[in-house]
Amino acid sequence: MTTTELDRVPEVAPRDYGSPLASKLEHLWATKPGIVGWLGSVDHKEIGLRYIVTAFVFLLVGGLEALVFRIQLAWPNQHLLSPAQYDQLFSMHGATMILWYAFPVLTGFSVYLQPLVLGTRDMAMPRLNAFTYWVYLFSGLYLYVGLALGSAPNAGWFNYVPYASRPYNPGLNIDFYALANILLGISTTLGSLNFVVTILHQRAPGMSINRMPILSWGTLTISVGNLFAMPSVTLAFFFLWLDRQFGTHFYDPPSGQPLLWQHLFWMWGHPWVYVIVLPALSMVSEALPVLCRRPLVGYTAVALATVLTMVLGFGVWLHHMFATGLPNIALAFFSAVSLFIVIPSAVSNFAWLATIWTGRPVFNTAFLFFVGFIVVFVIGGVSGFMTGSVPADWQLTDTYFVVAHIHYVLIGWNLFAVMGASYFWFPKMFGRMLDEHLGRWNFWLMFIGFNVGFFPMHITGLLGMPRRVYTYPDGMGWDTLNLIITIGSYVMAAGMLLFIVNVFYSLRRGVVAGPNPWDAATLEWSTPSPPPPYNFVVIPTLASRTPLWEDRLDEGPYRSELNEGMPLDHGKEVLGTSSLDAQPNVILRMPEDSLVPLFFALVLTLLFAGLIVKFWWLVVTCIGAGLLLQLIWLWPRSELRERRP
Amino acid sequence: MSTVVAVSRRSLPVGSVGAHAIGWWGMVCAVLTEAALFGYLLFSYFYFAIQPRQMAFPPQLPPLWLAAPNTVILLASSVAVWQGERGARRDSRARQVIGLGVGFALGVVFVGIQLLEWHSQPFGLSSNAYGSLFFTVTGFHMAHVILGLLILLSLTIWSALGYFDRYYSAPISIGVIYWHFVDAVWLAVFFSFYITPYLGLRHGP
Repeated sequence: MTTTELDRVPEVAPRDYGSPLASKLEHLWATKPGIVGWLGSVDHKEIGLRYIVTAFVFLLVGGLEALVFRIQLAWPNQHLLSPAQYDQLFSMHGATMILWYAFPVLTGFSVYLQPLVLGTRDMAMPRLNAFTYWVYLFSGLYLYVGLALGSAPNAGWFNYVPYASRPYNPGLNIDFYALANILLGISTTLGSLNFVVTILHQRAPGMSINRMPILSWGTLTISVGNLFAMPSVTLAFFFLWLDRQFGTHFYDPPSGQPLLWQHLFWMWGHPWVYVIVLPALSMVSEALPVLCRRPLVGYTAVALATVLTMVLGFGVWLHHMFATGLPNIALAFFSAVSLFIVIPSAVSNFAWLATIWTGRPVFNTAFLFFVGFIVVFVIGGVSGFMTGSVPADWQLTDTYFVVAHIHYVLIGWNLFAVMGASYFWFPKMFGRMLDEHLGRWNFWLMFIGFNVGFFPMHITGLLGMPRRVYTYPDGMGWDTLNLIITIGSYVMAAGMLLFIVNVFYSLRRGVVAGPNPWDAATLEWSTPSPPPPYNFVVIPTLASRTPLWEDRLDEGPYRSELNEGMPLDHGKEVLGTSSLDAQPNVILRMPEDSLVPLFFALVLTLLFAGLIVKFWWLVVTCIGAGLLLQLIWLWPRSELRERRP
Repeated sequence: MSTVVAVSRRSLPVGSVGAHAIGWWGMVCAVLTEAALFGYLLFSYFYFAIQPRQMAFPPQLPPLWLAAPNTVILLASSVAVWQGERGARRDSRARQVIGLGVGFALGVVFVGIQLLEWHSQPFGLSSNAYGSLFFTVTGFHMAHVILGLLILLSLTIWSALGYFDRYYSAPISIGVIYWHFVDAVWLAVFFSFYITPYLGLRHGP
């Protein structure tokens, strides 16, 4: 190893996780012990788990908020919460679930799994990965500081003006929401950028784009989608903050346009719906076939349908605004696209059904969650199809029918898939299986609780119950249904509680999993469980989509090379490959652990704290400190081969 | 019979090399998302401009005597940094430092003239919707120019320190992509705010 090495003919070493090579890689890649090492870790597995755990904490908090206001709504004329408290609580519930749980949990799975399924050793930008996690965490804390100060968002999660404008909402509530969202938007955008680069540049040799796991198709699609969608909402919130604090006139009449908020919000908001479900769908497409003991039916169709859904998702935002008095031609066009998008969504659905039909299903908890997911997916899809039609939407908009629809979509398409994925990948992450007996109870309580809790909302909606009301009079015909809804929500919460019990129980007592407990086909199962810090002792070379099933499926003359490959041990190194064919084209140097991402995230958060209280000296100081940290971060380093030695 | 595929034994470059560098890919993605941001900013402008109830456009057409030469200056800076990048590729330290340095200087001139332009406007950020949009959109662009200037300054200093040569020039290429983007976006902003009113976008008083 010389410091002036410009090119290298890679060696080839055997795969042996007990070899001196493995201990050398362990030394190179392992996070240093102690609190400083922990805070500075850039290991994608470590960061992925932090994302997942943090997102689950937000899920529990958001769930508790819902349980509180479900007591209020269980009977008519309740006054447990004042209207103002109710407004904050339901707004926080929506914001927490949609923004701080639903996407970050999928990001967590992607951060953990993508380098493993792609056959590489880390994300393309490991320090950026650590940074995006910290910013995500701090943005959530920022929002909850608002709640602690009694200034939580109170205009619903989509925060329409003029109600969110300063004359009608003078506190800092909306400002906390706006700035927390901008902070989170930074994290989401940079995280997506990291996924795009990782997936297009670091796949194992031979993993051409048509051999990429369907899991990566989901993450790649929504990450590209985020790059184009996120600026819209960030800008919408920035305009709102300027309007509220600096007297600009973006949204306030006569010269401003209140409807601009809805456009900018939903131009992000509808793509976002697909952003928070497509990776979940692709987790099902990845794991369900393993449990059916066969490859996914219609890989190409599912991959293309995933991309098409995302593309169409950019052309349907107006269906959230059917009741705002838009021209008929716009209504007709957006209604047509909204109905058309059912087709690519249904492709995945039929692919799963065909996979189950033609496979030999293993009826375990993960499988149950995936099947439950499919059932709920269809119900949520149909109610979405109904509201995609303009006349139906005019009846249903702002009623509980829409609340039912959004929960069938978000819980059904996201949470059930995440639960199944947790049962499926937990053994890889921790080396132990989740308990099956508790798992069955977990599933049935959640599935029954969910349907009892949310299906009746369709009916209360059809009976005319408006959403967002803090209480309602009796004699409207809504009483019994609302009591049933509250009971259902508590049953579902009990199921969720069992999941947490199961996690803590199985971490200690679970059955030891081994590298591949499900006898699955993809690369992550060729590593030990949990995987070592360097993931792969030698880089595998692929010849198919299902490297671990090749002998069994016997689809072609070529077999993947998993037993030997490049060791890449002259430092923290990974292989860069071409985007379509995955031919090796560069050996990349990866950065060491670093505290700079944490400090930079802290400085950024402090800057946002300065903005809300208008401490301009703090803002200026933070900008200076941030630029200094950027200079340290980006200073060309010879060990990363960014400058002449 | 099945054959196990062979592990590639081609000689590979090591490190951040041209378009294989992670940073190059990262910058391309960053430029895409930034371009989308300006797309939404200009969407907002045109959204206002086509409303039946007009936002208050200023009474006179936008003056071009500062903005038009300033556009030329910014484009010239792109040519300069392009020369700097070529200098790095050809191992010419002088050309590298001069190209980046001149690009930086022209960028600073652009900022100065833009500040004059802001100062000469009869409306302010909070006068009306047009003022809010004008200052927010050009302000966003200005923030990008300043970030680009900090990047060019760092690159100029690093070049002077002799960090880069033919093989190690990825940071220059990456920074230069950003600068070209900042210039290209200005063309879109300039066209929207300064040219479209002459083409008839502005209606009514």
